Amino acid sequence: MSTVETTPALDRSGPPTPSVARTGRRPAGRINRQTHPMWFLGPALAILLVFFFLPTLFNFIYAFTDWSGFKAEINPVGFANFEDLASNGTLWRALRITVVYAVLVAIFQNLFGFALAVLLERDTRLNRIARVFFLIPVLMSALAVGYIFQALLKPGNLFTYAWLGDTTWTIVVVAVIHAWKWMGLSMLIYLAGLKTIPEDIIEAARIDGASRWRTFWRIRSPLLAPAVTFNVATALLGSMNGFDIVQATTGGGPARTTEILNIFIYRTFGQGLFAQATTMSLVLFLLVALMAFPVIYVLRRREAVL
Amino acid sequence: MNSDAQIWRRLQPIVTVLLVASVIGIPLWLVVATAGKSQGEALNPNLSPPSEWHLWENLRQVWTDGDVPAAFFGSLLVVVPTVFGVLAFGSLASWVLARRATRLNAVLYALGISGIVLPPAVVTVVLLLRQLGLAGTAIGMIGVYMGIYMSTVIFFVTGFVRTIPESLEEAAQIDGAGPLTVFRKVVLPMLRPVLATATILICLYVWNDVFYAFFVIGGRIDTLPLNLFRVASAGLYLNNWHLIFAYVILMSLPLIAVFAIAQRKIISGITSGAVK
Repeated sequence: MSTVETTPALDRSGPPTPSVARTGRRPAGRINRQTHPMWFLGPALAILLVFFFLPTLFNFIYAFTDWSGFKAEINPVGFANFEDLASNGTLWRALRITVVYAVLVAIFQNLFGFALAVLLERDTRLNRIARVFFLIPVLMSALAVGYIFQALLKPGNLFTYAWLGDTTWTIVVVAVIHAWKWMGLSMLIYLAGLKTIPEDIIEAARIDGASRWRTFWRIRSPLLAPAVTFNVATALLGSMNGFDIVQATTGGGPARTTEILNIFIYRTFGQGLFAQATTMSLVLFLLVALMAFPVIYVLRRREAVL
Repeated sequence: MNSDAQIWRRLQPIVTVLLVASVIGIPLWLVVATAGKSQGEALNPNLSPPSEWHLWENLRQVWTDGDVPAAFFGSLLVVVPTVFGVLAFGSLASWVLARRATRLNAVLYALGISGIVLPPAVVTVVLLLRQLGLAGTAIGMIGVYMGIYMSTVIFFVTGFVRTIPESLEEAAQIDGAGPLTVFRKVVLPMLRPVLATATILICLYVWNDVFYAFFVIGGRIDTLPLNLFRVASAGLYLNNWHLIFAYVILMSLPLIAVFAIAQRKIISGITSGAVK
């Protein structure tokens, strides 16, 4: 953890923002064109265009067709796919399950990560070793994690109750498993956040007579805001795009109560119902895009601060 | 108040050990114990130790049955070019995006990092790859991964370039070095810390990915997670928990070995990008 100190406050108070200094010093334009040619953007943008933006554009086209694995031609069908999915309730259910899952994961992952960071904050030898142990799940394949918990939660092992077969609570259990896998990463980020808080602020609060408890909640927690933003954003968006853990623990069951959007997409794609899968893929895209605007805004603001 | 702190100081190591043992220890023990059992004993996986250890035999069996060597090379074949490509092209673009603050570049940057949050279109990318003749090929898979993780690289590297002063580049330019030379000789070496972070994250994601691989190369190229998935869901290994967990051990070993060697670097690498 020693290198964490490379990031913090010092950098911020350092030199003035380079962009301002630069444009003031020399006329932007000709010199830049020679020294930083635009074609350097070419390969990266080409890859993004072909393998990311073009498929996304296709989403907006093929969601309105009858593309399937059973026939060769593809015809436009308007909103028929959406109407089908909405009329049998699949659309709303999958949307609701995905959002519930994402919110649960964000809550659990941050609670666990924060608790671990506070527990293991001091740089003792034991704490260093413990941190490494909590990072093992982060490195493991999510699929493997899913199988481990599928075995562990079989009735008679840890619990007598079949926690992966409950139509109400299984989604919560799977979210906890997802949080278990990633809590080590949240822990690291909270630890780094805790280290950026200058010792003298805490010292000053102590001298003013604030209790440890009060110092913690009033002074240290608010200063963790950047770590919270990052952790919540990555947990939310990561779990909305989740697949492996759900697939390996429940496969979407019982009675499709844990069928998040990606599970539905995977299942219908496997059945050759490509248009339905595309439609749900578009729904996922719109859902994330809608929730992502505030996130991008925050990320870019952070970028500006740096 | 002070005595509270002292009690906690005594208690904290005990709590830590118990927590590691229960939260991490139990699941890992389940893996090792089950992977060491015979088929009959592992039918209902539980926490009891195997009556007789069969770990080595089980590992050998999945090694051949699960095509581990082929899957290992398949994984490498996809991961290595993805990481190199995405880092090289991503940092090349990031350098220009960070240094030339034009309105157009602000837009391109926003587009460039949008992939951090937006989910890839997994279904239509298959259609596109078919049209390009790349469906089911390693090149197609590498392209898709590069498209997905290019945004991460651009985000991290652009932010980093903005923090390093321009004077070194200028000195090289005055000496008559072309842009590519300046980038290779001056900029790239300075990017080492941020590139290390990006490498770790992308390796982690791509090495363990099964979702995108399923759509793009499912069944055509073996990768470690794809084979684990096949092995666990196919009749061949149904309820053969001892083999599933033997496979999990084999699959996790490379990453755990890398982690054991470069543990400090990895930890600082992951955190340095996140909290600013």
